Amino acid sequence: MKDDNKKMEAFREEVFAWMKENKPSDPGFLLPQTFMEVGTEEQLDFLRKWQRKVYDAGYLGLAWPKEFGGHGLSPIYQQIADQEMALHRVPILFNVIGLGWAGPLILKNGTEDEKKKYLKGILNGDDIWCQGFSEPDHGSDLGNAQTTAVRDGDTYVINGTKIWTTFGNYSRYMILLARTNPEAKRKYDGLSFFLAPMDVPGVTANPIQKITGEYGFTETFFDNARIPTSCLMGEEGQGWTIAMQTLMFERSAEGGQASSYFMERVTMDDLIKSARTMTRDGRPLLEDPIVRDNLVQFLIEEKALALGVGRADIPALCSDYPLSLPLSGKLRATEFFRRMRQYAICLQGAKGGLYVGDDDAIEGGFWQRAYFNSFSATIGGGTSQIQANIIGEHVLGLPKG
Amino acid sequence: MLREMNIELSFDKEQAMIIKSAREFCGKKSPIASVREMVETDDGFETDSWDEMADLGWMGAAIPEEFGGFELGMGSVVPIAESMGRFMLSTPFFSTTLAGQAILRAGTLDQKKTWLPKIADGTIGTLALLDNADWGSDAIGCTATEKGGKLILNGVKWYVADAGVSEFFILSVNYKSAPALVIVNRGQLSGDAFKRHILIDETKRAFKMDFSGVAVEKSELLDPEASPAALRDLKLIGALLTAAEATGSAAAALDIIIDYLKNRMQFGKLIGSYQGLKHPTVEVLNQMEAARSHIYHAATIVGDQPLDVDMEIACRMAKAQATEALLFAGDRAVQFHGGMGFTYECDAQLYIRRAQWAQQQFGDAYHHRKRLAPLLLD
Repeated sequence: MKDDNKKMEAFREEVFAWMKENKPSDPGFLLPQTFMEVGTEEQLDFLRKWQRKVYDAGYLGLAWPKEFGGHGLSPIYQQIADQEMALHRVPILFNVIGLGWAGPLILKNGTEDEKKKYLKGILNGDDIWCQGFSEPDHGSDLGNAQTTAVRDGDTYVINGTKIWTTFGNYSRYMILLARTNPEAKRKYDGLSFFLAPMDVPGVTANPIQKITGEYGFTETFFDNARIPTSCLMGEEGQGWTIAMQTLMFERSAEGGQASSYFMERVTMDDLIKSARTMTRDGRPLLEDPIVRDNLVQFLIEEKALALGVGRADIPALCSDYPLSLPLSGKLRATEFFRRMRQYAICLQGAKGGLYVGDDDAIEGGFWQRAYFNSFSATIGGGTSQIQANIIGEHVLGLPKG
Repeated sequence: MLREMNIELSFDKEQAMIIKSAREFCGKKSPIASVREMVETDDGFETDSWDEMADLGWMGAAIPEEFGGFELGMGSVVPIAESMGRFMLSTPFFSTTLAGQAILRAGTLDQKKTWLPKIADGTIGTLALLDNADWGSDAIGCTATEKGGKLILNGVKWYVADAGVSEFFILSVNYKSAPALVIVNRGQLSGDAFKRHILIDETKRAFKMDFSGVAVEKSELLDPEASPAALRDLKLIGALLTAAEATGSAAAALDIIIDYLKNRMQFGKLIGSYQGLKHPTVEVLNQMEAARSHIYHAATIVGDQPLDVDMEIACRMAKAQATEALLFAGDRAVQFHGGMGFTYECDAQLYIRRAQWAQQQFGDAYHHRKRLAPLLLD
């Protein structure tokens, strides 16, 4: 135990030093705070090189098996590396669908061949992954997905449209949820799960312009796109079950990720630092009693979120509703972020009306853009309203609507 | 530079056992019918239950072993308080624990030797801190003046919890223009000194007390050096215990909301299926969970030493969060029970009343946030 602790501390010091030494300098363009905000080729190139560098240095995939490109260590080592990355506010690890969701899924359920084929490329950034779950008419209602996969010899023929595909136009592979049996009694039983290549004829990914004015997602069209039958994960009809497992990874209710450093943390520290530079009624803003009370409320909430993570590991303190903390994490955190970013704009006075590109915008319009982007988290991965249904039904046992 | 956030949280096997036995005990002793029976009594609790609690060691939980206690600290008192709130079991546990904390933190060695073992055995004591309706005022209206080698007290105290059954009182007084704490024995008080408050939370007992003219020995003064810090810490620990109890009561209010939402039909559907009720109920849960995280963090870091800034932050945040959570839970419990919720018969009234009581005890959420601001922002 003592030896382990020593090893971990030594590792932390090593990562600390490396991050300090290798943190890239300002590239001259706004880097994305989250993986969902990658909108330009130059951002992507930059982040791809960065992930490669972190991987080559040995700070990514620490808990994944050696034979698939990992280091075979305890997950604690990855946590340490992630903490140091967050501390130094280095650029994010961008290949999230692979590192965070598809990778752990393949590790857990995949065949040996699948593990060999996919995992290393996820880690070194050669293979970018995207996710084909949501459809234009079925955002939160995943079980109703209408994209079809019809078996024809040794291929499946895919037809339909997916939307909100992060990296849709850059990806080599997609985790794809499609309907193989439209006749199934339960809509869920007709779904299957594919590890689908994107570089086949019939796949088109059109970038979508977001409320921020930037591009970050695609609408992805499948027009008789043929993929090999070997792309099917598990068996036909297991799509819903596998998709739910993926969502568990996505909602961080389960470990296994190659890293969790997918977004730069914007905290109350940043907001208060920003607020220190502002005035209201001719006085420093932080003297305003209402502003002070509001900020303290946010701080109480931020601390509860951080404490909740630790408490979730202590069963005796979660006895009433054991699933409550893990299942409500996304809802509470994303809603907190959204409200806090809007509040930051509210503090800016007249400058709250300026946007990215204006020389006078506070911090280059960081908070304005961050507020708009925060909706990708309150909507994506199941909207907050869907999350509230899930918590109400699965944690509290309330009847379905 | 801002303070680094302290998010320490630990819990050991001993505490896990206490939380389990506290749950079982409070659940057994305090079904809701018994809560309503106790409302009708003078003292608000049963002596038998109190004796059993003493046997379980609860009053000695935060008292050091050398003075007859179990030396488990706030880490065990908080889960007990939470369980009491969960089952609305009102006893003099809070007043007695706080009286013990006063003596532990500011008593002389003689006072510790005299009182702490008695408290651990179940002798009931209480604090008399509040001079008026303002928890935020540091001015102490009650005075102690030397006369003929004794201290003559003068003044009135509010909200003296469980005064009707207390054997001793620890009073904050202004003595030689400084805050001091002094012990008054029950025998020194006449019946006129007690006037029972009519409280919004009918499960609680508290009195307005007139100490004017009471003469006590100077040896009843707590250590004047330690008293100012202890006085401040007692208010913070009082806030934490109120927060723990409120968190339990919020969970109890959530229980009755869920029960009703799962059984009540309207327009041919169970009302819990309507998102208009389901979503705010999830919010009640989330607020309660946030409160739980805060109280157990405070329970982790508060020890017997004078409270440092992190501990002060923890207690104040816990109080602010827990009372807001209970206010919301109690309020929604009444509303979601519809017409039934408006009746005295419906248990929702117990929680909405508890919420108003807990809110003001040891300062409301705004009071604590106001004091957090300079600690966190300046």
